[in-house]
Amino acid sequence: MFRNNYDNDAVTFSPQGRIFQVEYAQEAVKQGSVVVGLVNKTHAVLVGLKRNAEELSSYQKKIIEVDSHMGIAIAGLASDARVLSNYMKQQCLGSRMTYGRAMPVDRIVTQIADRAQTNTQQYGKRPYGVGLLVAGVDEAGPHLFEFQPSGMTQEMLACAIGARSQMARTYLERNLDQLNESSRDELITHGLRALKETLSQDKELTVDNTSVGVVGVSGKQGAGKIESFKLYEGQQLLPLLEALERSDAGETKEETMEVDS
Amino acid sequence: MNHFPGTWGRPRDDVYGPYDASYLRSTGPKAHTQSPAVTGTSVIAVKFNGGVAIAADNLASYGSLARFTDVKRLRVFGNAAVVGFSGDVSDMQYIDRLLESMDIRENYSAHGNQLNAKNLHTYLSKVLYKRRSEFNPLWNHILVAGFDGDKKPFLSSADLLGTTFSAPHLATGFGAHLAVPILRRLFPEERPIDEITKEDAVSALRDCLKVLWYRDARSLDKYSLAVITHEGIEVQEDQQIEAQSWAFAETIKGYGAQVV
Repeated sequence: MFRNNYDNDAVTFSPQGRIFQVEYAQEAVKQGSVVVGLVNKTHAVLVGLKRNAEELSSYQKKIIEVDSHMGIAIAGLASDARVLSNYMKQQCLGSRMTYGRAMPVDRIVTQIADRAQTNTQQYGKRPYGVGLLVAGVDEAGPHLFEFQPSGMTQEMLACAIGARSQMARTYLERNLDQLNESSRDELITHGLRALKETLSQDKELTVDNTSVGVVGVSGKQGAGKIESFKLYEGQQLLPLLEALERSDAGETKEETMEVDS
Repeated sequence: MNHFPGTWGRPRDDVYGPYDASYLRSTGPKAHTQSPAVTGTSVIAVKFNGGVAIAADNLASYGSLARFTDVKRLRVFGNAAVVGFSGDVSDMQYIDRLLESMDIRENYSAHGNQLNAKNLHTYLSKVLYKRRSEFNPLWNHILVAGFDGDKKPFLSSADLLGTTFSAPHLATGFGAHLAVPILRRLFPEERPIDEITKEDAVSALRDCLKVLWYRDARSLDKYSLAVITHEGIEVQEDQQIEAQSWAFAETIKGYGAQVV
């Protein structure tokens, strides 16, 4: 039987230059349910599809507020994500404490990337089995970052990770031009529609299985210059899902009109 | 012959008496700084319409000796703030190194998230407070001048205990006694900061420095002056106090060999 000799630890390269444990960790991200993130000029939005392990259990949390100006969406091992989010929360509080300033988004992303990279270079450690989308605002405006177990991070305009996320990415690529010019509410609708693309035939978005996080710049001066991270769950989602339905209906109408003419 | 190798090569006990082993002890009570050694005197600063002006003389005293006459006690941080140090000069240099490394760290960020003067003041006050809590204070009183997050002029102080204080004009050391009353007379609370021009602020600082040079025995007539506006930071080092008149000294009585 074929046996892979190079996947017993996360610090050994295979002769082809791969680190299998890291690749397996990236598989864990693909097993997680899908999360989508997008930004426009003023806002960053995270959208996630929640799963419940069984009919009687609660739904697994997908979006976590890190600080009032930042949140993360997770795909993969939720317990690893909790370790990372607790670390991020502490660092953000530390920044507010020592400098009186909100942690810049790229800074905290670099810090978790460094932690994740350490796990791929020290014997006896294992990579984080989780991918993150980090959305936040700072002096330079809204940002979205993708974080992978390998320690790779990238700033993104729009991104989707998790199971069947390819469908969402295709949607985002097709609508990239519209995203940048969209309003806050349109951006949420785009996020929800990207999420909807990934659903299998018999599934739909409900107030129970959907989660939305929004953060942005308000354009005001002083203490209120950022629109704090807001998590929409449960009944709060109704207006957002209705807006999605309305826009879907609008689109199908346009299509039928085209067919008629 | 002594058969204990530990005593070989040591002064003989029967000749010199037993060795006092307490000199070899590496643990035990340790004294931290009890007083500053080389010090800088006052720093003074004033807010004006659209910025802050800050000044300090170029002297580092060793006790009452005017030891170094070319010490720059105003430190420019990035393009955001000026920090003025009074108190221990070696501690000033240590804090300067902290600021240097922080400035480098900050500039790695590609996103233009620069620390402003307010952030810097918060950080420095935490550093000072941490050190006083370890009973090993950094013996400085500092003024931080610049702009806050809303681009408004910012001026605040922090001392060796970590105490912070802010006001439209501030002075440390002897200046707190000699310069602040002058500044309060020139810029009373009723007078809005919008009415104070940059020229007003700078000339007030020069006047205060002159009074300090007359009356503070640890001061010098060479000084540095920095002006922070939205256009940038303008630092003038090696300034000289002009138009000195020591005529008033004749009227001072009650010191030294003077009898009446």
